[in-house]
Amino acid sequence: MFELHKILTDILGLLQFADISHFLLPHVGVGAEIEAKEYVDLAPLLKYSLIFLVGMSTVFGFVLAFAAKKFAVKIDPRVEQVNDVLAHAHCGACGYAGCEQYAEAVVKDPNVSPSLCIPAGEKAAMKVAEITGKKAELKEKEFARIMCQGDWTKSERKFVYEGVLDCRAAVLAGGGDKSCIYGCLGYGTCSRVCPFDAITMSSQGLPVVDLEKCTGCRKCESACPKRVIEVLPASKAVVVACHSKDKGPNVRKVCKVGCIACGMCAKVCPFEAVKVENNLARIDPEKCRVCGLCATKCPTKAIADMLPSRPKALVLDNCIGCQICLKACPVDAIAGENKKKHAINQAKCIGCGICAVKCPVQAIGETFNAEQIRIEKAKQKAKKAAEVTEAA
Amino acid sequence: MEFEKLFEIIISASLVNNFVFTWFLGLCIFFGVSKKMETAIGMSVTFTAVMMISAAVSWVVFKFIMVPLDLQFLMIIVFIGIVAGLVQASDTIMRKVAPALYYKLGIYLALISTNCIILAVPLMNVGNKYTFIESLAFAFGSGLGFSLALIIMASIREKLELADVPKYFKGLPMAFVVTGMIALAFTGFAGLIKH
Repeated sequence: MFELHKILTDILGLLQFADISHFLLPHVGVGAEIEAKEYVDLAPLLKYSLIFLVGMSTVFGFVLAFAAKKFAVKIDPRVEQVNDVLAHAHCGACGYAGCEQYAEAVVKDPNVSPSLCIPAGEKAAMKVAEITGKKAELKEKEFARIMCQGDWTKSERKFVYEGVLDCRAAVLAGGGDKSCIYGCLGYGTCSRVCPFDAITMSSQGLPVVDLEKCTGCRKCESACPKRVIEVLPASKAVVVACHSKDKGPNVRKVCKVGCIACGMCAKVCPFEAVKVENNLARIDPEKCRVCGLCATKCPTKAIADMLPSRPKALVLDNCIGCQICLKACPVDAIAGENKKKHAINQAKCIGCGICAVKCPVQAIGETFNAEQIRIEKAKQKAKKAAEVTEAA
Repeated sequence: MEFEKLFEIIISASLVNNFVFTWFLGLCIFFGVSKKMETAIGMSVTFTAVMMISAAVSWVVFKFIMVPLDLQFLMIIVFIGIVAGLVQASDTIMRKVAPALYYKLGIYLALISTNCIILAVPLMNVGNKYTFIESLAFAFGSGLGFSLALIIMASIREKLELADVPKYFKGLPMAFVVTGMIALAFTGFAGLIKH
């Protein structure tokens, strides 16, 4: 160390011969404590500044290294891996404040399910389950449904609202400017809140959900001040799109497509899935088989059938001629004699799928639910067979 | 201990010569963090803490090392070095002690070291020849003024979200206009302190 110091001083001493040791110090701004000097000793000045800067950097280096060691946060590498797999929409569907918090929780806490990140979908749930060593339960896809069909053409406004164009603000003005107090106000809060841009407002003032983009994160459900949005499983495509608890005549006064609680839907339902309570019809999702009959019979068209397509039924070759479907068909589209293969009149068939549900041997194909019913029945048979072999 | 002088310094730094509205310093953090109230509050507390510690350390280093060795010309570099080190240390400490706030502040925590105010205060301490306690008071006053600015701006900007702003003014342009108006209002404090 001493030799180094000696060498440095010698080198700097040489500079004295190079007549640059006479300096006038410039004024540094902000009125600093620096006075102009006539001469300055360059050699010791350079020496001191070098030592000082090097010394200070060393001290800071040590302080930072010490802080890094002492306050080290041990991050499990799996947290990073899980974080990469998540959707990072910051929607809060998992119930945690942020995506990183969920990644931490799912790695550390054995009780947290790996399939809570709904926007990321099934694939991500499987990957997270792999990384954390947990089991992934496959949740059915859910979509947001708007339980109101009363746009400007169907339901009038009570007064002219001139305020902030947001449903949360409009609802403060006497419950909103819509004549039906249970209906959607149409100022677009849901569309603004959606992190996936899945909701757009139609020209008539009703939100439209894009099912491709909707992930069922429930942000719109909690943001809607009128509680008009419900998040339901994708398979439940027939819903009573109205929340009005007013009596029938009052509903007719304010909205052309509201539920008047006439009870037609409850009468025609072949599965007894519809109940009228509180002047509103409700479809029980457990019992409903999405046949769409109630939607066709509703006088105000308050029930929305959101199934994308209803292919007509076809009788397959394993038909045993039991005539059960014949009796169940609501439009009498099936014809056939006992013990002979039946036939379906394609013109009359409405694609409700009731025949597929009632057929004891799954001889109906082509309807929207035929494939699903066949798979379910096959699973049940396999389960029963396994139980029988176990018992034996 | 002259409490009068200290009080005067604090009022001057926070109201009369507010660093954001009178000096127009520290604007990038001001606009970046004032979108939400919770980040604004978190940032103002962190900033005041870092400001006071760095002002104290800078004063000590200046008085006891740089003046005797005649190295005042290095003060800008040295002060920035001290601030950068302190911000990095607070970053590491915060990650362990308050992780929720750490994630919310995100990049803006590291940006404290690029904040003009954090260099201005030690330089002004040197220029005004404050004593140790006075420079601490000045740093505290500047932190207070910055917090005031952030909180006012955050509460206005949260309401601006819902307002009917013209399309090309949405976001930052409107925020600048509002800041200008608040600065205009803050000139009402001028002359509060007799120099």
